[in-house]
Amino acid sequence: MTKQDKNWKEIAPAGVCSKSSIGFLTGDWKTYTPVRDPEKCTRCLLCVLFCPDGAIHWYPDKGDIEFDYSFCKGCGICANQCPTNAITMKLEQE
Amino acid sequence: MQKVVKQEMMALAGDQAVAYAVKQSDVDVVAAYPITPQTIIVEKFSEYVADGEVETEFVCVESEHSAMAASISASATGARAFTATASAGLALMHEMLFVASGCRAPVVMAVANRALSAPLNIHGDHSDSMAQRDSGWIQMYAENAQEAYDSIIQAFQIAENLDVLLPVMVGLDGFTLSHTLENVEALPDEVVKEFVGVRKFPNVLTHAGKTAPFKLDPANPMTMGPIALQNYYFEFKRQQEEAMTNALNVIQQVNSDYAKISGRSYGNGLVEGYCLEDAEVAAICLGSTAGTMKTVVDDLRQDGVKAGLLKLRTFRPLPVEAIRSALENVKAVAVMDKCMSFGGNGGPVFHEVRHLLYDVASRPYVVNYIYGLGGRDTSPSELRSIYENLQSILQAGRVETPIQYLGLRD
Repeated sequence: MTKQDKNWKEIAPAGVCSKSSIGFLTGDWKTYTPVRDPEKCTRCLLCVLFCPDGAIHWYPDKGDIEFDYSFCKGCGICANQCPTNAITMKLEQE
Repeated sequence: MQKVVKQEMMALAGDQAVAYAVKQSDVDVVAAYPITPQTIIVEKFSEYVADGEVETEFVCVESEHSAMAASISASATGARAFTATASAGLALMHEMLFVASGCRAPVVMAVANRALSAPLNIHGDHSDSMAQRDSGWIQMYAENAQEAYDSIIQAFQIAENLDVLLPVMVGLDGFTLSHTLENVEALPDEVVKEFVGVRKFPNVLTHAGKTAPFKLDPANPMTMGPIALQNYYFEFKRQQEEAMTNALNVIQQVNSDYAKISGRSYGNGLVEGYCLEDAEVAAICLGSTAGTMKTVVDDLRQDGVKAGLLKLRTFRPLPVEAIRSALENVKAVAVMDKCMSFGGNGGPVFHEVRHLLYDVASRPYVVNYIYGLGGRDTSPSELRSIYENLQSILQAGRVETPIQYLGLRD
């Protein structure tokens, strides 16, 4: 508990969120990190659709995707879905 | 001061009286699943919907769990929501009852009190709602069909009060009230509509940094009750307790406001004393038993016994001060439970009444009577025997058997 935490009289009822979850980084939960081989990647965007955290972004102007490691929890669904095996899950120290 | 309005005398069973009150209360959403002895409530209400007598969205759901989920969701959008259930249906709602109170959704629910299986039993006792007493819902119990009608209308005003914002369940004894035809005085539609008014909302700070009314609205996105861990969960629960405390005043206020238009009040809204002023021996009970008990008290008074009755109309929040002051001069008290708390050393009402009397300077003798389980009839002569026992406790100066079973073959 920090001094910044509000007391029970100061907070909204019913657990209404007073802050956006954008400020709550969940990327440090992961053990494995997805690493992409851009040569093998066909930009099919299946990984973008399957990512449960919306942590893979498609940039149309660049014509490419990018992982947002601040929110990627390392679940590996992207690697599992990738039809060309362009994504491998690696331990941080690897 | 408002004048008592002219009312229509109708012949209604308790369930029908509830449906009629809901019809008049300008309810936006009703989501319910049928279960005896509540079925007539939603059956009758669905007729009002089919006949175009109400503008309510009626949601046929696949279970009571869904009925409560739909009611909470409707309420979260700012709608006025109602549902009804009993027994196993209420038990199935258990998980969602905490979500309703935690999301501060002012849902109103009628519970046609019924025993829980096994063995299967469709008749009236308080096992179902008593098992939900810690779910954060306000609980009120009706003595007759008239009180069921009046309490439903009042329940919307209580639940939606900004100092409360808690769901309310109104109990009516299965069959004894739900299926018994009684004379009910009904207020005119427009009077009820004006009394319940429209929902108001407190302003809250949203995650977008905006101040907006506390309801789900695409114009002001808001998230209710998603997650609060070690750092905030406790604070939200403390808020709910504060709302319960506030409800003590609000229930009394609504009871007196309602008396001004209807001419009917139920004690102070929390408890109703009967012949208690000079009573030496008194019983405490909930629901329809109070009606029978009043005639027993009348008979005892004729015989010179200083008997009284305290009807506990509101069980949650527990009206601690009202009970203490009502029992101030009583020397021996019988607490009646239409429910068993297995292995708990007495029934739930007994636990709580005896507990609140612990801090009183001169404590009365307190005994527990467990009665009427599974709808077993309790006769006036059995009820009279309670007072006779209280008198012998006073003579003996001690309680020999604190927990007794009334009407059990043994």
